[in-house]
Amino acid sequence: MRRAVIIFTAVLGFVLTSLGFGATSALAAGESLQGTLINAGQPVAGVVINVSDESGTSAGKATSGADGKWSVTVKGAGTYKVDLDTTTLPQGVTVTNGRPSLTLTVFEGAARNVLFPLGQAAAPGSKPAEPEGSSTADRVFDLIYTGIHFGLIIALAALGLSLIFGTMGLTNFAHGELITFGALGCFLLNVTVGLPLVVSGILAVVLGGAFGWFQDRVFWGWLRNRRTGLIGMMIISIGAALVLRYVYLFAFRGDTKQYAEYVAQPGMDLGIISVAPKNLVMDVVAIVVLLLVSLALTMTRLGKATRAVATNPSLAAASGISVDAIIRLVWTIGGALAALSGVMLGLFQGVNYQMGFQILLLVFAAVTLGGLGTAFGALVGSLVVGLATQLSTLWIPTELKNVGALVVLIVIILFRPQGILGRRERIG
Amino acid sequence: MNWDIIFGVSLESLFNATMIAYALAAIGLNVHFGYTGLLNFGQSAFLGVAAYGLAMTVATFGAPFWLGIVIGLAGAVVLALLLGIPTLRLRADYLAIVTIAAAEIVRLLFRSVSLSEWTGGSDGLQAFSDDFYSLNPYSSGLDIGIVTFDVRELWVMTVGWILVAVSLLVVFLAMRSPWGRVIKAIREDEDAVRSLGKNVVSYKMQSLILGGVLGSLGGFVFALSRAAVQPDTYGTEFTFYMYTIVILGGAARVFGPVVGSMIFWFLLAFVNALLPALISQGYIPTWLMDANQAGSVGYILVGLGLVLLLIFRPQGIFGDKKEVMLDGR
Repeated sequence: MRRAVIIFTAVLGFVLTSLGFGATSALAAGESLQGTLINAGQPVAGVVINVSDESGTSAGKATSGADGKWSVTVKGAGTYKVDLDTTTLPQGVTVTNGRPSLTLTVFEGAARNVLFPLGQAAAPGSKPAEPEGSSTADRVFDLIYTGIHFGLIIALAALGLSLIFGTMGLTNFAHGELITFGALGCFLLNVTVGLPLVVSGILAVVLGGAFGWFQDRVFWGWLRNRRTGLIGMMIISIGAALVLRYVYLFAFRGDTKQYAEYVAQPGMDLGIISVAPKNLVMDVVAIVVLLLVSLALTMTRLGKATRAVATNPSLAAASGISVDAIIRLVWTIGGALAALSGVMLGLFQGVNYQMGFQILLLVFAAVTLGGLGTAFGALVGSLVVGLATQLSTLWIPTELKNVGALVVLIVIILFRPQGILGRRERIG
Repeated sequence: MNWDIIFGVSLESLFNATMIAYALAAIGLNVHFGYTGLLNFGQSAFLGVAAYGLAMTVATFGAPFWLGIVIGLAGAVVLALLLGIPTLRLRADYLAIVTIAAAEIVRLLFRSVSLSEWTGGSDGLQAFSDDFYSLNPYSSGLDIGIVTFDVRELWVMTVGWILVAVSLLVVFLAMRSPWGRVIKAIREDEDAVRSLGKNVVSYKMQSLILGGVLGSLGGFVFALSRAAVQPDTYGTEFTFYMYTIVILGGAARVFGPVVGSMIFWFLLAFVNALLPALISQGYIPTWLMDANQAGSVGYILVGLGLVLLLIFRPQGIFGDKKEVMLDGR
């Protein structure tokens, strides 16, 4: 039954997130493309940016302001072509990487940053940068990298979700709000208080862990003692998510905000793809954290106790393990991991009150796909989800990529409900 | 403070078309969740399919109104079959997965650009309700003091309340019949029912179709009262509201969903009307809350209500705690 509940919730979550909670919530955030044009430290004003959608029809136009900033609000998530009108650049200034036209994907509710590195035009006679050769291969590599990057962000949240489900059986719909908590906490410390981003990120993760501990201390632990049913708790978590999400909206308003630093970082050319260093740093941090937690689960006594509680709580309690303490520890770790995921997601797509909720369904999908109760399953499932949603845009319209992912998820659940790495005996 | 308007709006929501649509949807969901124990989290898809079936038949293909109703109902039945045939045989819980997934697939397809020639994309469809309103027998609206309904509202409400009454009668009769006893027994212990020689899958499928068709009536009322269909209204939040309504009124009770819907909308409309008024009158200082923020308070209260109900009174107003399926099976 527990498995059934999580699977079903997984899909629920998956669908919700992947599609955004557009629905009746009147406060859906608008998707937009934005950027700042800077040449040699000075903002560049009066440059015209044209945005068109996949069919080539114009989706908006903007002119950079005195601070070099421009922003185009688009109708919805999807792939857009952003053209910088080079004739409007000041004399002698050019786009240094020779790519004044970019094709980018905008996610649900996200404000996508677009970077046009500007610089002095090369002396006449020297050749301009070679335009990209085979654009399809480039796009594939780009999508693969984005998929892995996105998958790692999902994996951080998925690991916590999987642990909480494993130990207390709760399919936690409010996990997305833990993700948002991390991003909003980091935003507050970084922008409002003015701490450096790295410091505020670390503090946000600590706060996220404290928030997880606190939730279990005052709420979920109390419900456990009351012997609330699992389906009841699941619906309670839906209500709790609703409360938290709209408290965030109340406090932070509905628009998508950016951190104060590292918002638009020029990409490093790595041969086949161009990646901003911040993304590589995040990837490394995510991989190290995931490995550490997974190893701790398998190698340490505490990890063994956690797995014992997940397998059979009564037997674990009988052999002297404090089940409540383990669950509280898992909530703390889960909260911290989710907050880290939120901090990174905020850097990836901006900070928004419903960012966690929008990604929650992908997190559920990753947990289900990877198989419950396996330490590395969440990671594998997350990478599959990240890659699948990104790469499917090669064949199907971006707006329908989640339909494809959804159908695949249903098929997997029908034929292999224990997930990719799950063991059959765990699901009985 | 204009208390007349605040109370007027709240009282209107006790009877208006939105409340009726949610009540009908919740009556259907009650058949699934309350009586049969099916965790259907995609009830909004049944409403969406019915509403779009009607709207597309009339607005896109120019067919008559009644054909649209028939196609909308047929769409709900087909959806139930599509969901049920592959999943009911496996385990009841898989239904939940497939329903939620299907609900979002349906919504995504309705709003996709590739199909916008027929569905109108994210803008939806209009101009399909003229035939319905031309049947309107009323010549003037209703105005009793603080509550006013115009002619069109009055006609939708009349039809809606008739549908509610018929649906309640159907549920009442179905659940006290031998069929209903089997359905409730499936909720309590599926294996026991199977061992008595009943075809559990077939019964569940019938329940899924019945609840879906009842819900689709809500879809018609919803679409006709707005004279428009728009894909994003049929999202998952719709289903969450229905669950709150079913649990508030009391699962597995005939009148539960209607009473739940009335109370739910009365309170929500009251809060949503009261807060902006308090702010504009200066009773709530703007540093605490402005008119934009007032909108989120309603959602916070719905979530809080759902949490408190499930903790302290999972059986809702009328329900019996033993009949609410909230424990893991």
